[in-house]
Amino acid sequence: MIEKLEEIKLKALDEVEKCNDEASINNAKSKYLGKKSEFSEIMSSMGKLSSDEKREVGAKSNEVRTIVTEAFSNRLKTIKDLELNKKLENDKIDLTLPSKKRKRGTKHPLTLVREEIEDLFISMGYDVVDGPEVDSDSNCFEMLNLPKGHPARDAQDSFYITQEMLLRTHTSTMQVRSMLANVDKKPFKIICPGKTYRRDDDDATHSHQFSQIEGLVVGRDISLSDLKGTLLLLARKMLGNDRDIRFRASYFPFTEPSYEVDVSCFNCNKKGCPMCKGTGWIEILGCGIVHPNVLENCGFDHNKYQGFAFGIGIERVAMLKYGITDIRNFYTNDYRFLNNFDRKEM
Amino acid sequence: MKLSKKFVSDYTSLDSVDFYEYADAMLKLGNEYETIKPLVNASKLIIGEVIECSMHPQSDHLHLCKVNIGSEVLNIVCGAPNVREGIKVIVALDGCVLPGGTIKKSIILGCESNGMLCALNELGIESKYLKDEDIKGICELDELAIVGEDPIKFLELDDMVIDFELTANRADLLSMLGLAYESAIITGNSVKLPKMNYKVNKENINNSLSLKVDTPNVYTFLSKRVNNVKIKESPVFIKNRLMACGIRSINNVVDISNYVMLETGQPLHFYDADLLGDTIGVRNAQDGETLVTLDNNKRILNSEDIVITNGKEPIGLAGVMGGLSTEINENTKNVVIECAIFNPINIRKTSKKLLRSEASIRYEKGLDVNRTYMALERACYLLEKYANASVCDGIIEYNTLDREDKIIEIELDKINSVLGYNLSVIDVSKVFDKLNFKYKVVSNKFKVTVPTRRTDISIKEDLIEEVGRVYGVDNIEATLPVFESTPSIYDKKNRVVRDIMVSLGLNEVITYSLIKNSDVFKFTNDEFGLIKVLSPLSEDREVLRHSILTSLLEVYNYNKARNIKDCSIFEISKCFSLINGEYVEENKLACLLSGNYMEGIDKEYYDFYTVKGIVEDLLDSLGYKNRYSFVVKELPDEMHPTKSVYINVSGNIVGLLGQVHPRITKDEVYVIEINLDTLFDNRVGKVKYKEFSKYPGISKDLAFILPKDVNNEDVISSIKQAGGKLLKNVMVFDYYEGDKIDSNKKSIAYNLYFESFDKTLSDEEINPLFDKIIENVVKKHNGILRDK
Repeated sequence: MIEKLEEIKLKALDEVEKCNDEASINNAKSKYLGKKSEFSEIMSSMGKLSSDEKREVGAKSNEVRTIVTEAFSNRLKTIKDLELNKKLENDKIDLTLPSKKRKRGTKHPLTLVREEIEDLFISMGYDVVDGPEVDSDSNCFEMLNLPKGHPARDAQDSFYITQEMLLRTHTSTMQVRSMLANVDKKPFKIICPGKTYRRDDDDATHSHQFSQIEGLVVGRDISLSDLKGTLLLLARKMLGNDRDIRFRASYFPFTEPSYEVDVSCFNCNKKGCPMCKGTGWIEILGCGIVHPNVLENCGFDHNKYQGFAFGIGIERVAMLKYGITDIRNFYTNDYRFLNNFDRKEM
Repeated sequence: MKLSKKFVSDYTSLDSVDFYEYADAMLKLGNEYETIKPLVNASKLIIGEVIECSMHPQSDHLHLCKVNIGSEVLNIVCGAPNVREGIKVIVALDGCVLPGGTIKKSIILGCESNGMLCALNELGIESKYLKDEDIKGICELDELAIVGEDPIKFLELDDMVIDFELTANRADLLSMLGLAYESAIITGNSVKLPKMNYKVNKENINNSLSLKVDTPNVYTFLSKRVNNVKIKESPVFIKNRLMACGIRSINNVVDISNYVMLETGQPLHFYDADLLGDTIGVRNAQDGETLVTLDNNKRILNSEDIVITNGKEPIGLAGVMGGLSTEINENTKNVVIECAIFNPINIRKTSKKLLRSEASIRYEKGLDVNRTYMALERACYLLEKYANASVCDGIIEYNTLDREDKIIEIELDKINSVLGYNLSVIDVSKVFDKLNFKYKVVSNKFKVTVPTRRTDISIKEDLIEEVGRVYGVDNIEATLPVFESTPSIYDKKNRVVRDIMVSLGLNEVITYSLIKNSDVFKFTNDEFGLIKVLSPLSEDREVLRHSILTSLLEVYNYNKARNIKDCSIFEISKCFSLINGEYVEENKLACLLSGNYMEGIDKEYYDFYTVKGIVEDLLDSLGYKNRYSFVVKELPDEMHPTKSVYINVSGNIVGLLGQVHPRITKDEVYVIEINLDTLFDNRVGKVKYKEFSKYPGISKDLAFILPKDVNNEDVISSIKQAGGKLLKNVMVFDYYEGDKIDSNKKSIAYNLYFESFDKTLSDEEINPLFDKIIENVVKKHNGILRDK
C-alpha cells in the first residue's frame, strides 16, 4: 500500500506539470485525490489494517496528500500568474506619450531675487518693512539731507504729482519713515523692498519703474566693517560663494562716508571680460554710514547712534544673476521670458 | 571731467607711478572713470622727409614719394594736394594702427606704397580741434622736426587722458589743481601752485571802470584790466591741453580764460574793455529781457537768471555764457577780466533752462573763493606772458565770502567707531598728510585745518570719509552687526497669496504702475480721484493705476501677437487712488486667464467655473471657507454682463471675477481682481484641530430635475436644512441640460454624506432623513426626483 501511495504521488506530480489551465488542474486533482480516486479507495480500506500498518499507511497518505495538494495549488498560482501577465501584456501602452498635467505656475524673476534677499535678511533677524510708493518730497529728499536746489537732485529727475508729492525715486524714503515711526528710538535693523520710479526713458539699461531693497541698521556702534561684512554675505548669497567685494568711495547726501560696492566678476573672476567691461568688477549697490543730519532729522541723537544703510537694485541683481541684458524684459512679460524661471533654486 | 596727464604734471609729478595703476587707485578713491587712453591712439609713426615727389603715371592726383625716415627711404603713394619735395611729414609705417584702420604695404595702381603720410585727423584728432588745412592736407611739420623721431612727441601730443565721472560733491576735482591734490594722495608727491607774478602799469582799473552790484545772488566779483593785448594763435601746449580736456582753441586770449578755468576750476569771463564802457553791473534779469549770447543765440530771460550788465542792458548771462556785444575779437586791445561766484541754485536753473556750459557745470557745484582770487592773478600772468598784455594796477573787489580755512575737531575714537577700524594716531596723521591738510593732535583728538578748496568737507563725518577712503576699505575686516537676537517681523500675506497662485498654475508678471489716463476707470465702478504725474514721459504712462487688469490685458495682447494664446497670469501690486485728498495705496491681486491650461494631449479650457474655482481655492487656502459668496450686481462696463460676479467675503465685496466683455476682446478671456487689503481686513482664526468620528459614514446619491431658474446654492440649503445634524456634506457631482429632459429644466445630482459620532449609521436610520430631504426640495423648488 505504501508503494501504491508512492506511485500515486509520482503520477500526480507528473500530471501536475502537464496542466495548463484551472479546469485541467481541478480534473487532475479529483482524479488523484477525489472521492472516486485510487487514493480514496486506499483510505477507505485502511480499516482492515493492523494498528502498526495503520500508523504507517496513515502517515504516508498524509504526506502524499499534502505534497500533491501543494503541487496542485502551486501549479494553479503559476498558471494564474501567467494568465495575468498575458493579459497585462495586452495592456501595454506607449510610455513616452505626454503626461497629463496642469501648466506650471512661475514666479517673476524680480520676485525670486527679492524673496531670496528677503530670506537672507530675515534669517539674520531683520524686519521687512513696506511703505507707500507715493511719498512726500520731504521723505524722499529733504529729510535725507537733500534740500531743494541740491545738485544731487539733478540725477534723480522725478515724477512729481504735486509740488509736495512724488513717486519715490528710491526706497530710502523708508529710512525716514522707519526712524520716525520708531517712537522709542530703539536700535533696529530693517530691509524695505519696493517699487521706485525715475523720469528716465526706457531703454536696455534704464526703466522708469524699477525696484530696490533698502537696508538700514541703527544702533550704538554700527560701523563700516559691519556694513562690509553684511554686504559680503549678500553678494556671496546672490552671486556665488567665491565672490569678493570692493568698496569705492562715492557720494550720497544721506550717507557719510558713502561707497559704491563692486562685486568681483563671476564671469571671469577678476580677469576682465566684456561683462565687467574689462575691469574684473561689477557695480552692484550704493551704501554708507547714515549721515548725522539724517539721524537728527529723524529724531535719533547722532552722538549716541550710528547706522549703516544700503540700497540695492533688484533688476540689477537679477540681470547679473540670470544673465538678462535688457531691463525692459522684466516689464514686457513675454511668456518665453517668464518660462525661464519655472523651477526653484535651493 | 577729463584729466590730461601733462596738464596735471605741471602741479604734481605723476612719473613715479604706472599711469594705469594710478587710474585704478583714483577709482578706489571714489573717482570713477569712463575711459583711459592716449590723446593720440596710434603707434608706429615716425617723422620723415619727402626727398622726391612726382605724379603717379596712372592717376591725376596721386603722388609717388620717396620719404627718408632716417633708417631707410620708403616709396609711398600719397594723394594729399600739399605733398611736395622738402617737407617734413608724419609717416605711418607698415602695421601702424590708426582709428581708420591698419596701414599695410600695398600696390596702388601698379606702384608700391610702404606706408602712409598722415593728416592730423587721420590720427584720430577730431576735426573741431583742427584748422581747415589740417583736414584737407597732410600735416607739415616744422623744419626743426628730426627725421626718424616720434612725431607725436614732437607735436607735444604725447599725452594720456582719463575721462572721469566725478561724484556730485567733488566740485574741487573739476580742476587740474584739484586733481593734482587728489593725485598726491596716491603718489605722496608735493603739489606746487601755478606762477602768478606779473608787472603792473600805472593805469588803475578803478579809474576806468566801476562795479554796480544789485543782487544778493552774486557772492564774489573780482575784476582786473589788462591793456594792449595781442590777439594771435595760442602756444601749442595751451592748444593741446585744451584739446585734451575737450575745449576748442579760439585765440590766445580766449584760450587763457579757459586754461585758467581748467587749472583752477574757477570760470572766468573776458570782456573787450572798450566795448564794455565804464560800468559793469550784476543784477537779476527782468522777465522777458533778452540777450544775444556768444553763440549768436537770442536768449529770453526771467528774474531767476543773473545777468552782467554795462550798467544798463545785459551783456552776459552770469555763470553760463557771455554776450556777443562785448566779445573778445581780433581787434580787441584792452580786456576786463571777470572772476566771480554766483548763487549756484540760480546758475543751475538758468543752465538747465538755456544751456549747460563748462562754466555753468562748475558754478552749479560751488566754488572756492580763494581760487577766485588765484584765477584772477593767474590770468594776468598768462596774459602778460602769452598775449603781451600790460596789466593795470588795482582791482575791483566785491566779496561776501569767508576766505578762512575751516577747522574741524575729531577724536580718534570716533573715527574708529564709525569705520570699525583700529587706527592709530600715526595712521590717521598719515592720511591728513597725504591730503595736504594741516592738523594738531592733542590727546587723541585731531584739530584739522581743512583748506577752502575742499568745499565738500564741513563736518566730522566728512573727515571720517576722507580717512576711510584714503586708508582704504580693502584693509578693513568684515564683521556683522552685534545685536540682541529678536525674531524678524514681516508680513507674509503677499507671499502666501503669490505661492497659492503659482501652485494653481499661474505665471506671475510685473507691469508698470503708470498707465493711460483713459484706462484708469476701466474694470471698476469705484469713485476716486486721479493721481497724475506732472510731466509724464508719454501719454501711455501718465496716471497711477487703480486696477491692474488693463495692464494684464496688454500682456495678453502682446503674447497673443506672438502666437502665445494660452495665458494664465497674475500680478500683485499696489493700486492707487485719491480719496478725499488722501493718497490711498491698496494691494491688489489680479489674474487673467484664457485658453488651455493643460499640457499634453488632453486640453482643458478656462471657463467661468474654472476661474471661479481658482478664486475658491485661493479663499479656502486663506481660511475663508464657507465665508464667501458670489454676488450678481451692477458690473463695470468692461465685464461680461451675465458671466461675471462680485466676490463677497463676510458681507464685504473684495473683488470681482468673470469674463471680459466681448466688446473689449473677442477672445474668451477671464479676469479676477481682488483687493487684498479689504480681503485681509476679514480676520481668520488659527488652524484648530476638530475631532473626527470613529465610525464610518454613509454616502448616498440623488438627482433632481429642477426648473432652470432655480439656483444650485438654494437647493443645497434646502437639502442641508432637511438633513439635520447627521448630514455632514453635500456635493454636486453631475449637471445636465438637454434633450432627455424638458428644455426649461435642468438636472442636478448630489452626493450626500451622513456621519454620526456615536455609531455606525444604518440605512434604516438614514432613509427617513433622505425622504425628508427629497420632500423639502420637491416642495420648495418644484423639483422632481430623478434618481435615488
